[in-house]
Amino acid sequence: MSVEAAKMIGAGLACIALVGAGIGIGNVFGSYLSGALRNPGAAAGQTTNLLLGFALCEATGLFGLVIALLILFAF
Amino acid sequence: MQIHPMDQFRVEPIIPLHIGGVDVSFTNQSLVMCLIVGLVALFMATAVSSRRLVPGRMQSMAELSYEFVSNMIQSSAGVEGLKFFSFIFTIFFFVLFSNVLGLIPGIFTVTSQIAVTFALSMLVMIAVLITGFARHGLGFLKLFVPKAPFVLLLLLVPIEIISFLTRPISLSVRLFANMLAGHTMLKVFAGFVIALGGAGGIMSVLSIAPMLLIVAITALEMLVALLQAYVFAILTCIYLSEALHLHDHH
Repeated sequence: MSVEAAKMIGAGLACIALVGAGIGIGNVFGSYLSGALRNPGAAAGQTTNLLLGFALCEATGLFGLVIALLILFAF
Repeated sequence: MQIHPMDQFRVEPIIPLHIGGVDVSFTNQSLVMCLIVGLVALFMATAVSSRRLVPGRMQSMAELSYEFVSNMIQSSAGVEGLKFFSFIFTIFFFVLFSNVLGLIPGIFTVTSQIAVTFALSMLVMIAVLITGFARHGLGFLKLFVPKAPFVLLLLLVPIEIISFLTRPISLSVRLFANMLAGHTMLKVFAGFVIALGGAGGIMSVLSIAPMLLIVAITALEMLVALLQAYVFAILTCIYLSEALHLHDHH
């Protein structure tokens, strides 16, 4: 297999990281919604934590993207 | 016509300048940074130029942004964190303006460069280290030692140190990758519009679909631009709060 083809496959594989990010973001918003519907009074106070959790989850998926870009363009 | 989606991130010198073998050219990136600083300064200066008791539109925008950042600091770092108000306000507005300005087609996105975001996050980390050591002396190192049995500490201390050391990387890569991914996605979809539109016949009519999708994605990117500026600022607050209070929370 040529190096060029291996790079393409590797970059594609690195995007599997987005599976984890998808599960994580779904979990964050799902848990927030179920908590917020049980206790709507406390929901507004937790938006900061919600956004923070969302950003931290999303970042892990984007690290995969960075690895894909590194494989494609840096080596 | 074939345009690579990564071409938009190319840094091009406008005024080439080399001093002692170091490339210090004035690039399109420097131009946009100057524009951002100018716009933020202009916004704040004109907003508070006519100081009225009952604020007008511009003044209430400035007051709202002041209160927003102030509340953010107080809720995450306590009243003591207000000492860093100007630092966090500056970072928040710089990141916010560069994210939002970058969404205008043709304007270079400063935060899509890892060099810029990493410099910003190193600035935050240096501020955290200086604050921590100035306030607690060597006691700042207690940050790495949580309250736990000795056997667990053997495991926890290395983890705490590694998590502290990877903070500048995660802080910068989060912002950079979000901006990079969003703008690449916009350009990829724009490529679909051109390819379909040029195909002729029914295909040209179909090209309206990716066009509408681009509008929707731009709205999403606007949300991401605001959210990432907010996240960058609030994580700065949280890191500073740890340096101020160590593990005991206010």
